[in-house]
Amino acid sequence: MPLQPVKFYQTGTFTVGNRLLAPEERSVQANMERTNSLNSGHRACQGCGEALGARYAIDAAMTATKGQLVAVNATGCLEVFSTPYPETSWQIPWIHSLFGNTAAVATGIAAAIKVKHAKGQGKDVRVVAQGGDGGTTDIGFGCLSGMFERNDDVLYICYDNGGYMNTGVQRSSATPPAARTATTMPLGPEPGNPFGQGKFMPALAMAHEIPYVATATVADLRDLEYKVKKAMSFRGARYIQIHVPCPLGWGAASKDTILLSRLAKESGTFPVFEAEYGELTSSSKIRRLVPVEEYLKPQKRFAHLFGKTPAVETIARLQALADRNIRRYKLLDKEAN
Amino acid sequence: MDKPFAITLDPGSSLANHTGSWRTERPVYVDRLPPCNNQCPAGEDIQGWLFHAESGNYEKAWQHLTKDNPFPAIMGRVCYHSCESVCNRAKIDSAVGINSVERFLGDEAIKRQWKFSQAATDTGKHVLIVGAGPSGMSAAYHLRRFGHRVTVYDAGPFMGGMMRFGIPKYRLPRDILDAEMQRVVDLGVEVKLNSKVDNILETMKSGKFDAAFLAVGAHIGKRAFIPAGAVSKIIDAVSVLRSMENEEKPMLGRRVVVYGGGNTAIDVARTAKRMGAEPIIVYRRNREKAPAHDFEIEEAMQEGVMIKWLSTIKEAGDANITIEKMELDDTGFPQPTGEFETLEADSVVLALGQDVDLGLLDDVPGLVVTDGVVTVDSNMMTGHAGIFAGGDMVPADRNITIAVGHGKKAARNIDAWLLGTSYVAPPKHEVANFESLNTWYYADAPKTVRPTLDIIRRQSTFEEVQGGLDENNALFEARRCLSCGNCFECDNCYGVCPDNAVIKLGPGNRFKFNLDYCKGCGICVAECPCGAITMEPENI
Amino acid sequence: MLKQIEGSHAVAEAVALCRPEVICAYPISPQTHIVEGVGEMVKSGELTDCEYLNVESEFAAMSVAIGSSAAGARTYTATASQGLLFMVEAVFNASGLGLPIVMTVANRAIGAPINIWNDHSDSLSQRDCGWIQLFAETNQEALDLHIQAFKLAEEVSLPVMVCMDGFILTHAYERVDMPTQEQVDSYLPSYEPRQVLDPADPVSIGAMVGPEAFMEVRYLAHAKQMQALELIPQLAEEFKEVFGRESGGLIRKYFTDDSETIVVAMGSVLGTIKDVADEMRSTGEKIGVLGITSYRPFPIDAVRAALRNSKRVVVLEKSLAVGLGGILASDVRKSLRKLPIDVFTVIAGLGGRAITKKSLHEMFQKVITEEVESVTFLDLDWGVIDRQLERERQTRRSGPAAENMLRDIGTVASKIA
Repeated sequence: MPLQPVKFYQTGTFTVGNRLLAPEERSVQANMERTNSLNSGHRACQGCGEALGARYAIDAAMTATKGQLVAVNATGCLEVFSTPYPETSWQIPWIHSLFGNTAAVATGIAAAIKVKHAKGQGKDVRVVAQGGDGGTTDIGFGCLSGMFERNDDVLYICYDNGGYMNTGVQRSSATPPAARTATTMPLGPEPGNPFGQGKFMPALAMAHEIPYVATATVADLRDLEYKVKKAMSFRGARYIQIHVPCPLGWGAASKDTILLSRLAKESGTFPVFEAEYGELTSSSKIRRLVPVEEYLKPQKRFAHLFGKTPAVETIARLQALADRNIRRYKLLDKEAN
Repeated sequence: MDKPFAITLDPGSSLANHTGSWRTERPVYVDRLPPCNNQCPAGEDIQGWLFHAESGNYEKAWQHLTKDNPFPAIMGRVCYHSCESVCNRAKIDSAVGINSVERFLGDEAIKRQWKFSQAATDTGKHVLIVGAGPSGMSAAYHLRRFGHRVTVYDAGPFMGGMMRFGIPKYRLPRDILDAEMQRVVDLGVEVKLNSKVDNILETMKSGKFDAAFLAVGAHIGKRAFIPAGAVSKIIDAVSVLRSMENEEKPMLGRRVVVYGGGNTAIDVARTAKRMGAEPIIVYRRNREKAPAHDFEIEEAMQEGVMIKWLSTIKEAGDANITIEKMELDDTGFPQPTGEFETLEADSVVLALGQDVDLGLLDDVPGLVVTDGVVTVDSNMMTGHAGIFAGGDMVPADRNITIAVGHGKKAARNIDAWLLGTSYVAPPKHEVANFESLNTWYYADAPKTVRPTLDIIRRQSTFEEVQGGLDENNALFEARRCLSCGNCFECDNCYGVCPDNAVIKLGPGNRFKFNLDYCKGCGICVAECPCGAITMEPENI
Repeated sequence: MLKQIEGSHAVAEAVALCRPEVICAYPISPQTHIVEGVGEMVKSGELTDCEYLNVESEFAAMSVAIGSSAAGARTYTATASQGLLFMVEAVFNASGLGLPIVMTVANRAIGAPINIWNDHSDSLSQRDCGWIQLFAETNQEALDLHIQAFKLAEEVSLPVMVCMDGFILTHAYERVDMPTQEQVDSYLPSYEPRQVLDPADPVSIGAMVGPEAFMEVRYLAHAKQMQALELIPQLAEEFKEVFGRESGGLIRKYFTDDSETIVVAMGSVLGTIKDVADEMRSTGEKIGVLGITSYRPFPIDAVRAALRNSKRVVVLEKSLAVGLGGILASDVRKSLRKLPIDVFTVIAGLGGRAITKKSLHEMFQKVITEEVESVTFLDLDWGVIDRQLERERQTRRSGPAAENMLRDIGTVASKIA
């Protein structure tokens, strides 16, 4: 990663905190004063990666903006489990409108803030929009693209768990090939989600040439926080996609959430990188490369690829996609391995 | 704000929803026993003192270390660090250099003249310790700290026991040894040198001692029957090493044959080398089977010590010896081959093992001696109540660390016995094995290698062969510790809980689970680098 | 100040006078001149402290408006027809959240078949979405209603749709009296939100409400519109005091007090109807006209009071409840519960078909003599209808109905081979 790694402590930069580091060098999450933007009492499943990713990202954004932040949320798991009347887990100003309009609502808020601030009636408050992969890549695509094109001053964060989880684990355009979902069952000649063209939103965001695009996972908190903070240093349209495992939808053990994100990155399945104005500027290198099987095996949504007659070709195709990511986003220091 | 009903909510209202009721199992913070702690014969809390060393609190680290073992500078030079053999880090890259850091702390303490914290109030009891070696001085230290009056009798002219009279200077410089022995004396321990105890019961009675700890060591070199001429010079290794402390060094001649394959044999050979001789070790089995530590053999060979494996001495002449070649049978036992060889030899040094001088134990009722060593129970007490024993004179493996450990154990038991109770060791926690760790979080950091004196200087002087680490290296090395099974406040659990159900209690105070909200997902357990959290079933 | 300007431009200027802070727009005929007008004013600097956003769809436009309003800015947008339908999800969302957005709907027919001309099907299709709906009769009223709309919306915390007939009003050049900035400022204070996204006082807006509270929330929305029934006449009164003319209000009566026959209608057609009524009255016919300005909330009591002494009511509407009949007529009937008054529904002007005085005369006569059905369509070409029905009866695959009928009518293109 592009940050300077901390030396000489047994856990390097990988743990959340580090008692031997100066407080300003530690992560936001290590701080007892962290905002806890998404507080306890929400109704997310045990081990929910999205709940974790959201708190990570919004706390980092709150730190970066010194608390001058408004959040917009798409319909989805995050919205539903965080604000069932009469309870809300949000500690910050937050609005939920519809499923596909999050980027547009955020644009509206940013415009209002801009006017008020220019008139001297309000502070320089920043705007974060957040939604799942369904609300971003599918139904929210139009508004998101419009926001990018206008370069509105909004940071859009997509929590990517590869499916419409809130409605019962249906397939979205971000669902990985071969995965089982309620609408792509492991039946017939092409079990699971078909191998399509793929729709990798970060690449599409890069194509819009917006100031900042990045990907991150919940397994690497420091990297995630760094990217959110960096994003807030830009003005204009910014996009971050965070890989968040869904234990329920993926058929994984609730304790494996962080492990799965780690494996997604280390196998090349989920490339972690940064781009500015359409050009790749840095990639988070794979530390210990693993074959995709290691990532697939703990998830029941891929169980049909294993067993007595493993789907060797399918796994090979998935491996090829990971290899392509490694090449395309320069995820290894050296090509060989 | 005039909020519309139900559509707009105040922050924090979700705290009314106690999601802890969803749990079927709950996380619990545990302290597991790090394998290094488990292994250390002296019972050091290695992980504990490394923790302090990591933050640069060397004095605190030293205080923590010396709660169990008063001699870190010595240990850092002579301990065989079996802790490093079980160190979990070895499964990642290489074991933590515990020994190196211990030495660094010991040296710092000497440099900065740190003192032991003073004893508890006087108990009025007086304990006799026979032998001012590692075991005796360790017991003296602990007993004094418990508040007892301690007097140590030693037959020799200096304190240290085998540390002085067995271990060569190039492994343990005498100023280091003196400093750590003196520190114990400074606590208020009386040491009577040149005072051999001939009869333990008499000495106890005349000195009005309430209890005694025997740690006389095994200073008598075993001898083997070797047909030899009248003028053949055959001496035992223990005497040779002991005499190195004198003004006059022993006369060994040029070609010195050392008979034996243990650490003593190596020590003598390397000592001889430094005195300008050409030592050659003769051992009846091969390198693999030799009881000496392999690194000692390696260092010896680097220095030019020759070794004749699989050979026994048949007879010794005036200026040579006859050796017979051996071979190992199926059971690993050496068998004579009938092939002979003659070696030039000015002297033969026998390093065949050591025996205990049991003279002082005559007529002690209840005390049992078997195979030349004194039987003790699990409380280090002999068959005679009030007389305890430890170190090389009891049945155990023989090294300094074990001896120091015996001293501590005996001291605890003596202390309890003096109070009319018996010492019950607290139950041990589960060992923190490698599988309980999440090693992803430990950065790649290979072991620092201690500097070694170069060969020429090693061959000709008694300067310390193995140097120590400087502060940077020592700090780095300490920080390689994984803190197995013990929370080191990395904040991982605090950070990875999706429900914000971990409460951080502040530096030094670790964490607490907020059971009102914990859903029992187990991510904290999975992501705790050192395996200090476990899941337990919920009481439903 | 008196001006002869296009209706759209009048609205644009009026909106500008209301000191909007965020305007978002997606173009659709016949609203385009309105948003272009405001856009120019922002760009030239004539309208200051206003963010003007060109969005990528109407759905985005309403969404941007939602965000902006929730952040405490006075927000405006405009649309019509297909655009209104495209933003419907957001339209319901805006009223559900209680955000005081003001939107001009330049009434236009809804396809298929695509038709850009005026009728009321677009805003009436959204009659139950919770927005207040006001219908302007003239360009003057259109510009006036916008000023009242902001005040109304912000007072009652509901969004307001100001409906004006597409092309007929939007593209007509008429004389209007444009207020001054001082006048508008004295009538319309700055926006004080009931709820706002503010880091100093964080709230979560848009929670999920289940069966235990949803009914209450919806009743409250209904109650707010009931409140508006009181407020609308009040605001019209205040308007008269400041601006010196009658504009807005719930209904407008034209000789209804002594009429036996009353024609009820909304929008610009009222002008034509009043001309016909004048002519009929001059021959002694007791006929009056009731204009409905506030369609939602529907002023049941006011309508009942205005109609109760008549013998018959004709609802002339530019809208059709397919499978039922009249939309406005149904609401009017509700106001006449238990009264022995016949209500005749006349569906007219769909898709911009001209409503002529001649046709109206004939229709009203028939109504008076009660020669018409309960529901009639004005100026329908029955020949075309019958021939199409016959075609459909004869052949299963009779082809697209609209194209068949155009060919039948003999439009130019259909004559080309």
